[in-house]
Amino acid sequence: MSFKDKLLSSYIALEDHLEFDSPLHDVRNNAIKIFEEKGFPTKKDEEWKYTSLNSLLKTDYSVYSNKERNVELQDVRKYFLNEIDTYKLVFIDGVYSSFLSETTHDTLDVCLMSAALNKKKYKPVIEAYFNKAAKSDSLTALNTAFTKEGAYIHIPAHKEVEKPIEILNFSTGNEAAMFLQPRNLIVVGENAHVQIIERHQSLSTNKVLTNSVTEIFAEKRAYVDYYKIQNDVESASLIDNTYISQQRDTVCRVHTFSFGGKLVRNNLNYFQNGENCDSTLKGITILKEKQHVDHNTLVHHISPNCESHQDYKGLFADSSVGVFNGKIIVEKDAQKIDAYQQNDNILIDDNATINAKPQLEIFADDVKCSHGCTIGQFDEEALFYLRSRGIGQKEARGLMMYAFANTVLESVKIPELKVRINKLIANKIGVNLGFEL
Amino acid sequence: MLKIKDLYAGLEGKDILKGINLEVKAGEVHAIMGPNGSGKSTLASVVAGKEEFEVTKGEIVYENEDISELDPEERAHKGIFLSFQYPIEIPGVSVTNFIKTAINETRKAKKMDDMPASEMLKMIKEKAAMLEIDRKFLSRSLNEGFSGGEKKRNEIFQMAMLEPKLAILDETDSGLDIDALKVVANGVNKLRSEDNAIVVITHYQRLLDHIVPDYVHVLMNGRIVKSGTKELAYELEERGYDWIKEELV
Repeated sequence: MSFKDKLLSSYIALEDHLEFDSPLHDVRNNAIKIFEEKGFPTKKDEEWKYTSLNSLLKTDYSVYSNKERNVELQDVRKYFLNEIDTYKLVFIDGVYSSFLSETTHDTLDVCLMSAALNKKKYKPVIEAYFNKAAKSDSLTALNTAFTKEGAYIHIPAHKEVEKPIEILNFSTGNEAAMFLQPRNLIVVGENAHVQIIERHQSLSTNKVLTNSVTEIFAEKRAYVDYYKIQNDVESASLIDNTYISQQRDTVCRVHTFSFGGKLVRNNLNYFQNGENCDSTLKGITILKEKQHVDHNTLVHHISPNCESHQDYKGLFADSSVGVFNGKIIVEKDAQKIDAYQQNDNILIDDNATINAKPQLEIFADDVKCSHGCTIGQFDEEALFYLRSRGIGQKEARGLMMYAFANTVLESVKIPELKVRINKLIANKIGVNLGFEL
Repeated sequence: MLKIKDLYAGLEGKDILKGINLEVKAGEVHAIMGPNGSGKSTLASVVAGKEEFEVTKGEIVYENEDISELDPEERAHKGIFLSFQYPIEIPGVSVTNFIKTAINETRKAKKMDDMPASEMLKMIKEKAAMLEIDRKFLSRSLNEGFSGGEKKRNEIFQMAMLEPKLAILDETDSGLDIDALKVVANGVNKLRSEDNAIVVITHYQRLLDHIVPDYVHVLMNGRIVKSGTKELAYELEERGYDWIKEELV
């Protein structure tokens, strides 16, 4: 039985436990039909030209974990942003861990998707927002059909959340191979501010494939800062689908730090549904060995007087592969748009590959769109400068890689996180920098 | 300390330096002057070990050893320092972290332990004060957004920290106003001693009022065509280079 067939029969089993009169039931049924029709994407799909899921889909993943496994705080503590106080939503093999989490219902809701789906008081929010921003591609539909658990975050109007929210998905290796599908819904009310950090981390070397969907709704004047830390083990792969729907006067920033995992596909989609939106998409990718990371971004400019900024940097060693596919659509009515896209890459070794494909579809006539892409090696002049100061070739190259990647961090608003990422970068590159001074 | 013998070097098979002879002894300051494109910066880069340039003939002997095959970092470890005409920007790496890395890499090459943090801080404080460098400046990213003057001051700060035996200053005066020039020159003068030597590359005599050379050389078309004392610099300032060309004919 193929993995697709296995999923389809799992859905039939799941359906038995669902409320048939829930409006969500139709959403699920439609979604599974889409998945059944389209199946997993292949390289024949234009959007998947450079990334193949084939080898990943040969594995017989468990769709549900049969055993529950306890995880001690000491095993996972290092993955939390310990330096500061945070709200935490922790999931172990797709199951919520109340022991490791720190939720709240005090003025804002930082809680579980499963609770939101089942409790009456959340019904209006679920009905208004759930699956409303997500596209109906097959992987998102697959996640929608199986929606069960994930983060539910609702920030009421004018609320400035005083501490960041961490969403942490751990897999324990309980099953020989695990398929996880977290589903997050984040609604940020008018003039509310929130900072969120998301991380997927495997605690074993057993295979994991995660197909995650996050929907973020920013109501007018909302401010959202979202950080994705992708530094997983070699046996873990991630398909991360994020949909951001912005109303007028909103600022939404997503930083994606891709340092690990076997295969990572980021589908990051922005929809500007009101005037004066600011969308920022930034990423640092540092890969080695046979790692593969594919950034697929979409900024859909639907309304006038908006801006978007994309800045992705990549460092590729060994035979690693990077993909940057950045699409900007400017609709006919979306005049006075300022859309900027920059993608800079350094290939460290001869066998490393980067596939870069900017796509601009512009239907308005009064817009400013710019895009640039560089693929390069090291600047010899700079290398000489460092070496002339007594810094050996290896360390000098490391410092230059660090300097190259570092500029993306300027817009990280949580200082402790910035230090963390800095250290991660230095560590990935193998430079020995003192941070205490 | 440094003996350059009949040195030919260039790019892609074309020689820029065509038979340089120069001897610099410990305790001396030499100035190298010359028109644009005469090979001044090339000479500085070749001595510091820039791999882009190919040495086709001759020797660079430093402390009785031919160094022409050594890596730039190996030359730095032996005490050669080049102040760049155009210092490179390294975003995300502070001046302090950079100099710390440079010093400890040099110590590592000499099989010494890292410099203790307290000693490093004390030294940084001292040298920064000498060059009238603000503490805030030290935590900024190396050369990023620095003015021309700040970059040059930062070069001399690095020189002060690394305490080289042979310092080559490539157009250190360009981009400096007179006050900054005095501070930088004063810093350089404080680093002069019986044991080290300085080679100053410049277009203008102005810097040499403050860093007074023992010898002045004129470099033209890849060769040293005239050598003299500091008076030669005044003469060049006044008369330009054409009279030397005529002399040569």
